[in-house]
Parts: sequence; structure tokens; C-alpha cells
Amino acid sequence: MISVTGARKTYGDFVALDGVSLDIPAGSLTALLGPSGSGKSTLLRAIAGLEGLDHGRVGIGGTDVTGIPPQKRGIGFVFQHYAAFKHMTVRDNVAFGLTIRKRPKAEIARKVDDLLEIVGLDGFQHRYPAQLSGGQRQRMALARALAVDPEVLLLDEPFGALDAKVRADLRQWLRRLHDEVHVTTVLVTHDQEEALEVADRIAVLNKGAIEQVGDPVSLYDRPANDFVMSFLGSVARLGGQLVRPHDIALHRDRERAQQLDARVGGGPGVLEASVERVVRLGFEVRVDLRADTGERFAAQLTRAEADALSLEPGDTVFAHTVAPTNPAEAEPALAI
Amino acid sequence: MRTSTPARLGLRTVALAYLFVLVAVPIVLILWRTFEPGLGTFVDSVRTPAAISALNLSLLIVAIVVPLNVVFGVATALALVRGRFPGKGVLQAVVDLPFAVSPIVVGVSLILLWGAGGWFGGVESLGFQVIFGLPGMVIATLFVTLPFVVREVEPVLHEIGTEQEQAASTLGASSWQTFWRITLPAIRWGLTYGVVLTIARALGEFGAVIMVSSGFPGVSQTLTLLVHSRYIDDHNTYGAYAAATLLMGLAVATLLGMTLLDRKRSTR
Ligand SMILES: Nc1ncnc2c1ncn2[C@@H]1O[C@H](COP(=O)(O)OP(=O)(O)O)[C@@H](O)[C@H]1O
Ligand SMILES: [Mg+2]
Repeated sequence: MISVTGARKTYGDFVALDGVSLDIPAGSLTALLGPSGSGKSTLLRAIAGLEGLDHGRVGIGGTDVTGIPPQKRGIGFVFQHYAAFKHMTVRDNVAFGLTIRKRPKAEIARKVDDLLEIVGLDGFQHRYPAQLSGGQRQRMALARALAVDPEVLLLDEPFGALDAKVRADLRQWLRRLHDEVHVTTVLVTHDQEEALEVADRIAVLNKGAIEQVGDPVSLYDRPANDFVMSFLGSVARLGGQLVRPHDIALHRDRERAQQLDARVGGGPGVLEASVERVVRLGFEVRVDLRADTGERFAAQLTRAEADALSLEPGDTVFAHTVAPTNPAEAEPALAI
Repeated sequence: MRTSTPARLGLRTVALAYLFVLVAVPIVLILWRTFEPGLGTFVDSVRTPAAISALNLSLLIVAIVVPLNVVFGVATALALVRGRFPGKGVLQAVVDLPFAVSPIVVGVSLILLWGAGGWFGGVESLGFQVIFGLPGMVIATLFVTLPFVVREVEPVLHEIGTEQEQAASTLGASSWQTFWRITLPAIRWGLTYGVVLTIARALGEFGAVIMVSSGFPGVSQTLTLLVHSRYIDDHNTYGAYAAATLLMGLAVATLLGMTLLDRKRSTR
């Protein structure tokens, strides 16, 4: 496991990490999620020892590694732009850590072949990085990091430089790989979808501080504050409260809406709104609305719900929430 | 930019004529003068003891200067690109100084520094003769060739960044291992060009070397000094042409080496 306590890092006047404490359980796949500039990379690089901390400590597997250089931390690190050794073949790249450790040639060859098979680069042994696609280069970098049997695997936006399709494939592939290899993994990403899909724990960072830590479901359902709520998933502002668009119900009839709203309770009440636009997104339908207060928001309905209402632009509807997810109403979030 | 055909042809003709008059004509003239009396005469002229000694001295200076420039040039480039220290701007300017200062000025200042009565002149009384000896010629050549390796390696270091080195360190490589296995291979082409330029300049240096050499034929004459003394002192114009041709041959061999390396590089 990894434990960070009171990590603080400044660049001149700028505070990149402001007293971050975080425990990452052994064998988990934890995502560090936050907007660009929130300090995710700084935190990850501090765990790796590539960046020193002004204050605070880092422990890996029960050992305090704060003053220890990256060479001796037992880590594997994957960079956003691959950091491939350009003058070496794929085989030599993957073998690098083992060669440094002066392992027997036969063992290196066996291990490299195994890893290249796992990452799907069998037969690419003698290529140079320049002859690989971005996705292949990143898989090579992963094999290279895994070759030294790291205690923890640290990934800094590993799929950030790839196109959407490859990124989605590699994400699922990483999840499967983790299920096989079980190495404690920290994934830095600014993409909430990626974090929700791949990670079993998410730590949300904002301005150098951790906002909330938890599993994806509890973070989504019980965000600790507005920031976490709006960063994980889309939100609509309804009567001054943040709600998920799929938690908004629409009715033609005001009384029916009021009845149902009273049953749920705690919401912003029933709002009269006019339909501006109906967008069909496959199974889902997004309805853009404008409340009589002038506020604009969007509701997300299933196709069946939308068909039953048969909405047209200009129609008047009555909106209310079906689940009060406003952070103010939520149970206290998981302890940080 | 699109230009009409006659204009383009005109420009090309002017450019070619310019190159021809400035570069090709003098070289061809010397070659012609050298080989006019026959190959045997040329060979005899460059096999005199003075010529052989001059060739050896020039190569010796190259052999001393290149490794020194490689070591200090790479170290300086690393400091300039990666380091953060006060006075970095000054160091940048100092590295370019040899480009700006005339070699003859270099020679004079070396005499001031190392010659009898200079700050470091004391070494002479210890039996270590710098000025009018080999060390003086080496120092002069080092001075004028200092920027080449630094300036060729610097942009490559900028380009490769530090991520590969960081990756190596997370994989367990020490700084020394990272330098040999990652940094050096990554800068090898820049370094090669720097070395080629250093060789060419070291062979061809005249102004700084003539100031600090005693200039005895067969003892302390480099090839450039030999050309000069044969022409000016001995009025042996043919000998000067022959020595110049030899010098040119070495330069052409260096350039050829670079072209071959370049070709090897682009096929990889
Ligand atoms: N070497 C540095 N010098 C100055 N500022 C830096 C340096 N590295 C990071 N920063 C600043 O620290 C902040 C956090 O950076 P980073 O951890 O890379 O953010 P993230 O990975 O979340 O996008 C950014 O605003 C960045 O500008
Ligand atoms: Mg980052």
C-alpha cells in the first residue's frame, strides 16, 4: 500500500500540493482525478520520488521512502508521452530494468517474451519505438515498467495522448491487466469517465488538496460537495440546487408533479418550464428546458419516458427531482 | 513563392557562378598546380621530414583536442540545458566568445597569460614550456574549437528532454548508468557533428597557432604553418601547394566521413 501524509509542495509562491494525505490500499487501482493543474502529477511524481516534497512523508509497502531516490522505491512509472528509449528496440526497452539489475540473459529473454505477449506486442521485439503506433508504444512502456516487478505501478495520464477509440480500448485492457496482475496501481487522469470506468477507488483533487476519496459509486451518488458533484458526471442547476439530469422527472400535469415531489421531499420543489429542444442520443433523450425564472437546465429521460410525454419545443412541463443528490442533503462522505 | 522560369534560371546561374568563382576556382587551381608536375613530385614534396612532422603534429593536436572537447563540451552542454545556477547567461556568452574573437587575438592573449612574465608564466621555470611548445598550440586550438561540441549537443539535449532519463531512473538505473545508456546514445549524432567540426577547425587553425608556435620546420610546425612557411619563408610555392592539397585531403576525408555517417543515420 501507499501512504502519503501531509504532502506539501510549492513552486515559488504557487502551492501545488497543500497538505495532502492519502492512503492507497494494496492491490487497488486508484485514480487521482482532478482538473488540469490540480496537482495530480505532482502528487504522483512525489510518490515516485521524481519530485521532492517541501513537507510530508511518503510510504510504500510499510517502508518510509521519503528520502529514498526513485531507483530504490520499487516502482514502475508510465509517462503520458511514453518516454520510450528511442535508440533501443522494443525488446531492449522492456529488458532495460532487468539488464540494469544484471539478471541472467535467459531469464531476461523469458520474462521479456512473456510480458510482450501479455501486452500484445508479440512479434514486435526488433522494432524501434518510431515504428510503433502511440497505443503500442504505451503498451511497451507498461511492459517495461512491469518487467522489474514493481511494488506499485504509477501511471501519469497514460492514455492522454491517444485518440478516443484507442484510449477506450486501452482503458478496458488496463482494467483486465490489473485483474490479472494485482499490482497496486495509481492512475492519474482528468477524465472522469476514465476514472469511473477503470478505478476501484477515486481520489478527487482540486487546487492541490483532496476533496473526497471513495469508490466510484459512492462518489457519484454521495459527493461531498458541489465540486466533486460537478466534476463526476453532468449536473443541472434546478431551483438553486445541483442535481443529476437523470434525476429530473417531467410531467404535463402540475398536481401530479407536486404529489410525486412531496413524496421524495428535500428537493427544490416543482418548477414550471418550457421545452426548448429535444435531443435524441440513442437510448437516452436530453430535453433542454427553460424555467419560468429564466434558468436553463437539461433533463435526461429514457426513450420510453420521452415517448410517453411526446414533447415538442414550446410545450410547458413541470419538473421536479426524484432523488435529492445535492451535496448539502447527502450523508457525510467517506472519511478522507 | 512562385517565380517565373527565366527568373529562376537566372537566380540559379548567379548562385552557381558565385560558388564557382569563390570556392571551386581556387581549389581546382591548387589541385591543378599540385598535380601538374605529376603525382611523383607531389608525393616527394609531402614526404620530406618537415612535411611528415607537420602532418604528425597536426594529427597529434587533433588527437588531444577532440577528447578534451568531447568531455568538457558535453559537460558544459548538460550544465547549460539542465542546470540552474547563477551566471548561466554569462556562461552562454563565454561559450560563443571563440566565434567572435579573432584567432590572432587568442594567440596574443595566450602569450600574455602563459608567456614569460604572464600570470601563469611561472610554469616555464618549472620546465613546462607552454608558449612556443606543444601545450601552447593545444590550448590555442582548444580555445578556437570550444563552441562546436557544446553548440551541436545543446539543441539535441533540449529536444530529448528529461523524461527518458526519469524513466531510466524509475527502472533502477543510477545517474551514471543513465548517462551512458540513455543520454549519450540520444545525443550521439549531435556529438558526432561537433567532433567533425572540431577536427576540421583544429586541422585548419592558423592565426592562433602561429602566435604560440616556435615554428621550427620538422619540430613545431603544423600543416597550416608548413604551407605558410614554405610559401613565405622558403619561396617554395610548389611545396606550399602540395602541403595545402594534403591539408585539403584531410578535410575532405573528414567531410566524407560525416556524409557516410549521415547516410547510415537516415537508413535507420
Ligand atoms: N516544475 C514546475 N515549476 C513550476 N510550476 C510547476 C512545476 N510543475 C508543476 N507546476 C505547477 O503546479 C501545478 C500542478 O501541476 P501538476 O501536478 O502537473 O498538475 P496536473 O497534473 O493535475 O495537471 C500546475 O499549476 C503547474 O503549473
Ligand atoms: Mg499532469
